[in-house]
Amino acid sequence: MRVTQLMLIVMTGLALASCKSKAPLPDASNPPTEQSGAQTGTTTDRSVDQSGLDANQKLLEAAKQTGTIIYFEYDRAEIKPEFVAIVTAHAKYLNGNASNKVRLEGHSDERGSREYNIGLGERRAQAVRRALMLQGVTEAQITTVSYGEERPAVQGSDEAAYAKNRRVELVYGR
Amino acid sequence: MLKLARLFVIAAVAALAAPLANAQLVIEITRGQENAVPIAVVPFGWESANAAPFDVAQVVAADLERSGRFDPLDRKDMIDRPTAGNQIRFQDWRYLKSDFIVVGKLAPDGADRYSADFELFNVLNGERLAGQRITATTSSLRAMSHRIADIIFEKLTGVRGAFSTRIAFVSAEGTPPSQQYTLIVADSDGESQQKIASSSEPIMSPAWSPDGQSLAYVSFESKASAIYVQTLRTGERSRVSARAGINGAPTWSPDGSTLALTLSRKDGDVDVYTLKLSSQELKRMTFDPGIDTEPTWSADGRKLYFNSDRAGGPQIYEIDVAQPERATRVTFEGTYNARPRLSPDGKQLAVVCNDRGNFRIATVDLQSRAVRVLSNGRQDESPSFAPNGAMIIYATQDRGRGVLATVAVDGSFQQTLAASKGDVREPVWSPFPAGR
Repeated sequence: MRVTQLMLIVMTGLALASCKSKAPLPDASNPPTEQSGAQTGTTTDRSVDQSGLDANQKLLEAAKQTGTIIYFEYDRAEIKPEFVAIVTAHAKYLNGNASNKVRLEGHSDERGSREYNIGLGERRAQAVRRALMLQGVTEAQITTVSYGEERPAVQGSDEAAYAKNRRVELVYGR
Repeated sequence: MLKLARLFVIAAVAALAAPLANAQLVIEITRGQENAVPIAVVPFGWESANAAPFDVAQVVAADLERSGRFDPLDRKDMIDRPTAGNQIRFQDWRYLKSDFIVVGKLAPDGADRYSADFELFNVLNGERLAGQRITATTSSLRAMSHRIADIIFEKLTGVRGAFSTRIAFVSAEGTPPSQQYTLIVADSDGESQQKIASSSEPIMSPAWSPDGQSLAYVSFESKASAIYVQTLRTGERSRVSARAGINGAPTWSPDGSTLALTLSRKDGDVDVYTLKLSSQELKRMTFDPGIDTEPTWSADGRKLYFNSDRAGGPQIYEIDVAQPERATRVTFEGTYNARPRLSPDGKQLAVVCNDRGNFRIATVDLQSRAVRVLSNGRQDESPSFAPNGAMIIYATQDRGRGVLATVAVDGSFQQTLAASKGDVREPVWSPFPAGR
């Protein structure tokens, strides 16, 4: 467990570093020129608010486009390298505004006992929670829930179905 | 007489408080008992012009057959229909190879009341082994029949009958994400189903209180897990744990005062706790960073058995509730042992084990550590002992559907209980009814 936690820290650390160097915050790179041009100079406060909302919305859309589901190996809770980008994109959105909140729903496949699978789903949700927090997301922005094997994404009792069911979904507004 | 692959079908129709549209459990005997004792349960007499209000003998015979210990004689093979001991011609029943015979009659006994007189005889020597009068109302005729089966079973086996007990289980209908989950209580033969709770969010882990009056269960109805305790008779319900993270796996202490449960709290560490119901006093029982869950109590309430993956995979451990810091490992055979439940005599644990890639029900003898695999499915789970210790009910899959199954603790006899619609799972056998 210690080793996997360390791996996770290294992995997300790398992702954080790369995100900092390659992608500056959209707020800085996208000055609200469109709004200020279209508006007839009433209140500047409002246009800033508007642009803030739009930037926030854009980050959410970008995060959702990167992906909202992270898949796991059997009986494991490590975030595989191919899913780190998803964590990074969602962290970026959440970091943009402290009032943005995400719900992490952990799931398992159907094999084995149900309450142990609730534990596995929780462990996976916690892995994603830690990865988000390492990228600056605060505790107050994250809630976790584990459904274990109770809400499969795919029906079926083969490895293809199992692989789709071992997951954490990043959910907004539920 | 071999009964393998023989079908025995009971259509169960809901009758009580909250009848269910889908309320049918179909019982199929999948592994027959080769040395079941032949017994004749003669249709009960009814001396009235109107039709008999209930077929007592049919329920008694079905109960005895479901136990796996008895092989009731087919009615169409009965050449005579005695209704009292002095009418039995024993040589006829010897010829039909019945070892025992049950006769009786049902009679009106006042407004909406009936009395049943029944007698049990040894066919070989004509000895009268039991005889009793039991009364009932129209709505309790079925319960009365189970009671008669209990008396006969105990007389002939020395083991208390468990036919008057109930089972709780969870039904799920529809496909995700639009499923309907229902917590159901039924007689142990699947009859008289009552809806206890229903939600479009998952319901799981029902647990009987030791007095059989209440169920604790987990519901996600508030979009997160919470543990509820519901009194069956009144429907009165209270939410006893809705902490951050997991609220799961409740089981009652033998004195009914305390739940053992699984919480993950804010930090996400999945651990076993105890929760005193009257005071909400919470005590942490496990301290390992791994998954610790699925607690169950010893009969004296001083120990907890639980599942932990602290050594890699799920294995069973035990702790002293008064000094929970040190856990002792109980299971060593195989890579996966989960969801322990203690037998009523306290001598063995029923667990979910990984048997060559299949999840199956096994018993682990606590003294010798001997493991006995009892089921033969791929996804068997949630074992629960009958209160007399003779059988284990569990959940399995049949052609992709969740069904319930029972197996004798020696593995000799097995049957399935499938819902006519949807999946059923997480069966829990009730304690004995009060009043004996």
